[in-house]
Amino acid sequence: MKISRRTFVQGAAASVCSPAIVKSAAAADPIIIASMYDLSGGLEAAGKPMYDVLSFAVEEMNAAGGLLGRPVKVVSFDTQTNMQLYAQYAQEAALKHKVAVVHGGITSASREVIRPVLDKYRTLYFYDMPYEGGVCDRNIFIDGVTPAHDTEVLVKHAMKNWGKTVYTLAADYNYGQITSDWVKKFVQEGGGQVLGTEFFPLDATNFGSTISKIQAAKPDFIVTILVGGGPISFYRQFAAAGLAGKIPIASTTFAGANEQLVLTAEESNGILLCKNYLEALDTPVNKDFLKRFRARYGADYQPISDLTMASYQGMLLWAAGVKKAGTLERMKVIEALESGITLDLPSGPMTIDPTTHHCILDVHLAMMKDKIPVPIETFAQRKPLDTAAVCDLKKSPNDTKQYIIKVK
Amino acid sequence: MDYAIVVGVDFVYAIATLALISLGLAIVFGMMRIINLAHGEFMVMGSYAATVAVHHGVNVWISILIVPPIVVGLIGMAVERLLVRHLYGRMVETMLATWGLSLFVVGLLTTVFGDTTEGVPTPLRGIAVGAYQVSGYSLFVIGLTVVTMLGIYALLRSTRFGLLARGTMQNADMAAALGTDTSKVYAVTFTLGAALAGFAGGVLAPVSGVFPSIGGSYIGRAFITVIGGGASPLFGTASASTLFGIINQIATFASNPVYGEVALLLSAIVLIRAMPQGITGRFFRGRL
Repeated sequence: MKISRRTFVQGAAASVCSPAIVKSAAAADPIIIASMYDLSGGLEAAGKPMYDVLSFAVEEMNAAGGLLGRPVKVVSFDTQTNMQLYAQYAQEAALKHKVAVVHGGITSASREVIRPVLDKYRTLYFYDMPYEGGVCDRNIFIDGVTPAHDTEVLVKHAMKNWGKTVYTLAADYNYGQITSDWVKKFVQEGGGQVLGTEFFPLDATNFGSTISKIQAAKPDFIVTILVGGGPISFYRQFAAAGLAGKIPIASTTFAGANEQLVLTAEESNGILLCKNYLEALDTPVNKDFLKRFRARYGADYQPISDLTMASYQGMLLWAAGVKKAGTLERMKVIEALESGITLDLPSGPMTIDPTTHHCILDVHLAMMKDKIPVPIETFAQRKPLDTAAVCDLKKSPNDTKQYIIKVK
Repeated sequence: MDYAIVVGVDFVYAIATLALISLGLAIVFGMMRIINLAHGEFMVMGSYAATVAVHHGVNVWISILIVPPIVVGLIGMAVERLLVRHLYGRMVETMLATWGLSLFVVGLLTTVFGDTTEGVPTPLRGIAVGAYQVSGYSLFVIGLTVVTMLGIYALLRSTRFGLLARGTMQNADMAAALGTDTSKVYAVTFTLGAALAGFAGGVLAPVSGVFPSIGGSYIGRAFITVIGGGASPLFGTASASTLFGIINQIATFASNPVYGEVALLLSAIVLIRAMPQGITGRFFRGRL
């Protein structure tokens, strides 16, 4: 075939122009969003259910006609429990896929890797996790509990029922250290005393000497802020020494990673918890969610924990912001989210606090019984007072820091 | 007084666990001059063997004491035949090969079981000591470690295999010239070391969580104990675990377990600097 200059130019022009024509023709282009969870590596067990509930939220949204009349498509990045990949994928999501929002990050460390990258490329970020508090950044929204939400309720209830002296065991990184400071503050406010605080790495497995020290200190109860696969053996060794039930335990973290499934019922019975979400919550919204989710993912799907649920609810909060804004434009969506959006979610009503970008939410006290956290009492609409003490995004919208909250 | 007993049990338990996790590594190192860096993963495979057996309804004692050494012993036999045999006398290459093996095993376990924590319920109750409680299972582990050490001593001291093994250890060429099948002795020794690692993993499964990468926390301590102990598998292990266990526990009680681990590592550095051949390079020379 002979190609003259004219046919070449015509052909080239047609092929260059046609994608643009197709693009403008298809108004129902999908909205691209990114999820960044560790679907392999050390945090795989935490990341997989988060990705499942997030996808479930998107599936239901699409079945109901999508968002702004467009379907939503999740680009899933498996960050493999590797900080380097978080940085790389955050860039890829923002620059290559130009996503409308990024949901994800599990540890605080991973969040602090993603956050500056997404700030720089002006891409909206939802961190759907409980954490130590203090992040002050207009580009990020956080729907998990911070110590002011849950720790106060937990410590006060434990002191009322069990007594005034406490021994704290905490994970050895910022979440554990900051939360243990809050425990100390609330104990002292209640006229009690913290007899000892010990910190453990995420793979610690030997708690023998700690258990002896606890016995010597004779506290009225123990507060655990332990994280990781190793520290599950604390509960086992504590029970093996015959102490389960003799010295009660309150925990900010237990059951978050379904620890109760590894232990026997006797080893975990009586542990006091305080969570934003519990599967056993007796509300129509929650029951309906569980029915739909289990119909889709199977009746034998593991219990949905507090950590997992935050991903589902974060997705719905973002979608509500987009609907209200009527556009995907970042600043408009942020402003819509700041207008005080309230949703009735499986964990209860949730409102985004415009000054901190954290949430006003319900927390529920519960006690472990036969491997299930059974609700005791609900504390409605708790505010993120810890972050609010250091952060006011209305006054200083250009703030992008995580403050270390000084606990006094 | 009661509390002194509780603390005393903690000290002895720390020493016993160090000895238990090091014994298999020490035998292979002492007899064959091979450092098996997959030792931690051999232990983890023992823990998983126990976990799987318990989940399949096997009696808990059989699951933790009998199943793991058999399973891991067989795996060790295969590893010796396929990998280690070809690298005898080349310590660095063996370390590299077994390190590769350990990475492979971690990957394999993660693929099969997932990166989640599993466990075996503790089969013994706590025991009251005055106003305090000690773990009955800790006492059991201590007793079991003593029995195992005595058993290995008897095996090496008073059986024909023990005689051949000791002869091979002292001078392999001479033993071979006198008609000993040294490669068979090596194969049996390596299998024994692997079985002991699996045994340790099975025994510790009820107290520690079981997850694919937990071997890393064992191998470090076992390695230091074996190097600190020196060439004699039994006297070296016993003396080094006693020394390191006591130092570790003093630091742990004075501060916390993290500094306990730091103290253990620091004391190991000092010890190796002062005695490069380990404790048994200077004391108990030539003993088992």
